[in-house]
Amino acid sequence: MKAEGMQASLPALLAAVIGRDLRLALRHGADTLGAVLFFILAGALFPLALGPSPELLRRMAPGIVWVCALLAALLPLDRLFGSELEDGSLDQLMLSGLPPALVALAKMIAHWLTTGLPLLLAASPLAIMLGLPMPVLPILLAGLALGTAILSLIGGMAASIVLGARRGGVLLPLLVLPLATPALIFGAAALDAAQTGLSWRPDLELLGAFLAGALPLCPLAAGAGLRAAVE
Amino acid sequence: MLNVENISVFRGERLVLDSVGLRLDAGEALLLTGPNGAGKSTLLRVLAGLRKPEGGHVLWAGIDALADRTTHAARVAYLGHQDALKPGLTLRENLALPARAAGSDPKQAPKQAMKALDLLPLADLPARMLSAGQKRRAALARVMLARAPLWLLDEPSLGLDTSSIGLLEALFHAHRETGGIIIATTHVPLPLPNARTLALPGASGLETMEEMDMESWS
Repeated sequence: MKAEGMQASLPALLAAVIGRDLRLALRHGADTLGAVLFFILAGALFPLALGPSPELLRRMAPGIVWVCALLAALLPLDRLFGSELEDGSLDQLMLSGLPPALVALAKMIAHWLTTGLPLLLAASPLAIMLGLPMPVLPILLAGLALGTAILSLIGGMAASIVLGARRGGVLLPLLVLPLATPALIFGAAALDAAQTGLSWRPDLELLGAFLAGALPLCPLAAGAGLRAAVE
Repeated sequence: MLNVENISVFRGERLVLDSVGLRLDAGEALLLTGPNGAGKSTLLRVLAGLRKPEGGHVLWAGIDALADRTTHAARVAYLGHQDALKPGLTLRENLALPARAAGSDPKQAPKQAMKALDLLPLADLPARMLSAGQKRRAALARVMLARAPLWLLDEPSLGLDTSSIGLLEALFHAHRETGGIIIATTHVPLPLPNARTLALPGASGLETMEEMDMESWS
């Protein structure tokens, strides 16, 4: 009898899947760039639509940045598992020895690194452009760091659930947006509180709690979604 | 070694596989034949643990293999209809992940597998530049890299030329020599000497299992 295939350690395999996705994202840089450009452009539309009143824009800046980040993070979700399913790679990932939940987690981490992180970098220029006061900027970035991670988790879960469904692309935002509203509320509220001199800490802590809840639950649900998709 | 009992699978309302059973020992090979839609690919996916059957058991060395499908994945090398190569990555990069998953050296192991399938000159080409036959060979290199005892191959010779079929024969031989099991679906003869054949009847009728002589290949 042949020795059963030796197994790589799970963390090493997880890192290898993330590494492969990062390499793919580098080769197809347009996807990442597309999300960031969408973020900047959508944000830049608000001054045009609302008029150039600095007072108004400053008040609306937290909401604008958060909503635009939420929508931009949605863009690459459709392809997150869709491309893997189409070319048969999902079968191979499911047979790689990683439990499905960890396959999903690897893809979610890759989504955050290729979408969440670039959005985080692009958020400062956009916020400054909208006139958000400098002292509030670190709070925006802290909130967005948590918020984009939450979006990657919830988005990945939704993407795996609609995988293989017809019109999955249409269904996806309908699933993600309601689930992501708590993140939006706390994230924007933290900024509002900071601008008016109140304590922003509770809002960020709630955001952190949301992330702590999503971190184990979303990959588990997404793993089940992936299992169902390959059947 | 591999003992499959009474596998039944529904697709929608239709019974695709009706109490299919098979038994293979180390070193044996089985060809799955039958008309389109007879459930050959479905059976392979069940055996790989990708799909849960509606009824029946898959036993590996007497243990229920589908109870823990992540563990079962380590015993399986699966080749589907699609070659599962990322068009933007080079051949070498495409093979690095399966090598790592099998616990092999992600540099050396792909090199050896590519050598066995005559792919070394193409190692640094993006997969999108490869022809259909070259992609198929790359997918077979991944099967080899899995270092798994059970090979499940869905039409492995699809798109291969005569000399590649020769490489396939050597690959199959080496795998069976070391006690590996091969189950392949096919519509054309495959270089698998002394392979048994399981003809799946399609939607209705009973499956028949017969020894088929493949002397011409040995």
